[in-house]
Amino acid sequence: MEVSAKTEDRFCVVSVLHERIDAAAALEFKDAMRHATASAPPVVILDLHRVNFIDSSGLGAIVAAMKHLAPQRALVLAGLTPAVEKVFTLTRMDTVFGIFVTLDAALTAYRG
Amino acid sequence: MRRPAPRSALSPVEISIHSGPHAAREALVLLLDGLTCLALEAEETCVVRLVVAEMLNNIVEHAYPDPDYPGPIHIACHHEPDGLHLAVWDEGLPMPDLQAPLGLPQEIDRPICDLPEGGFGWFLIRDLAKDLSYQRLAQENRIELRLAVGLSSPD
Repeated sequence: MEVSAKTEDRFCVVSVLHERIDAAAALEFKDAMRHATASAPPVVILDLHRVNFIDSSGLGAIVAAMKHLAPQRALVLAGLTPAVEKVFTLTRMDTVFGIFVTLDAALTAYRG
Repeated sequence: MRRPAPRSALSPVEISIHSGPHAAREALVLLLDGLTCLALEAEETCVVRLVVAEMLNNIVEHAYPDPDYPGPIHIACHHEPDGLHLAVWDEGLPMPDLQAPLGLPQEIDRPICDLPEGGFGWFLIRDLAKDLSYQRLAQENRIELRLAVGLSSPD
């Protein structure tokens, strides 16, 4: 599971470079997130625009990443594709995460 | 808006694979390939992917929990006016109490540190699938369900 991380003053952006976070990739995703956010600032923006499929294991892995960052740091999501958004909506997890339609919208909000 | 043209009938699709970490991916490649003639919309394909992925992940995790003893997983699929009818069966351990889990929604109105990281799978299956039944027959688990996708236009 490859992710890329870019850090600015107040936030960092972690972009998932794979097209799915499923059961086979969930553990790798969690490890990659831990590694990429080890010294992250208070806000981590998870850029999911390349991800076109997550299953319940992938959802669980994203929740685990948020729990790992809390309470000092927040995880927000950006660029959800329709299939990813559907899983968040069905499980009501869209009410738990801050979600931005695009990465640009998230950057604008946090650069403020 | 539904497509007005009548669709080509789908020939029944049958898939057999072995359990393992990539079982769901393998099955989905074969199944979605077999369904191309239905020209499902993106949202319908998403429903098929999610339900099949969750069912197969459950089988890999619970019916064949020991990776040293994998087993077969079979999927049969046919198309009717009310959607796709799927049967999925394996030769692994039975479901607890010989019943498919209820898949109740997870409690998520709680502090971040207490949020659930699992238990969404059966909720998604129950939410997206219709007419789900589970049977333990001899040494087999068999789940049948319907997905309301690729519906015939009412004309």
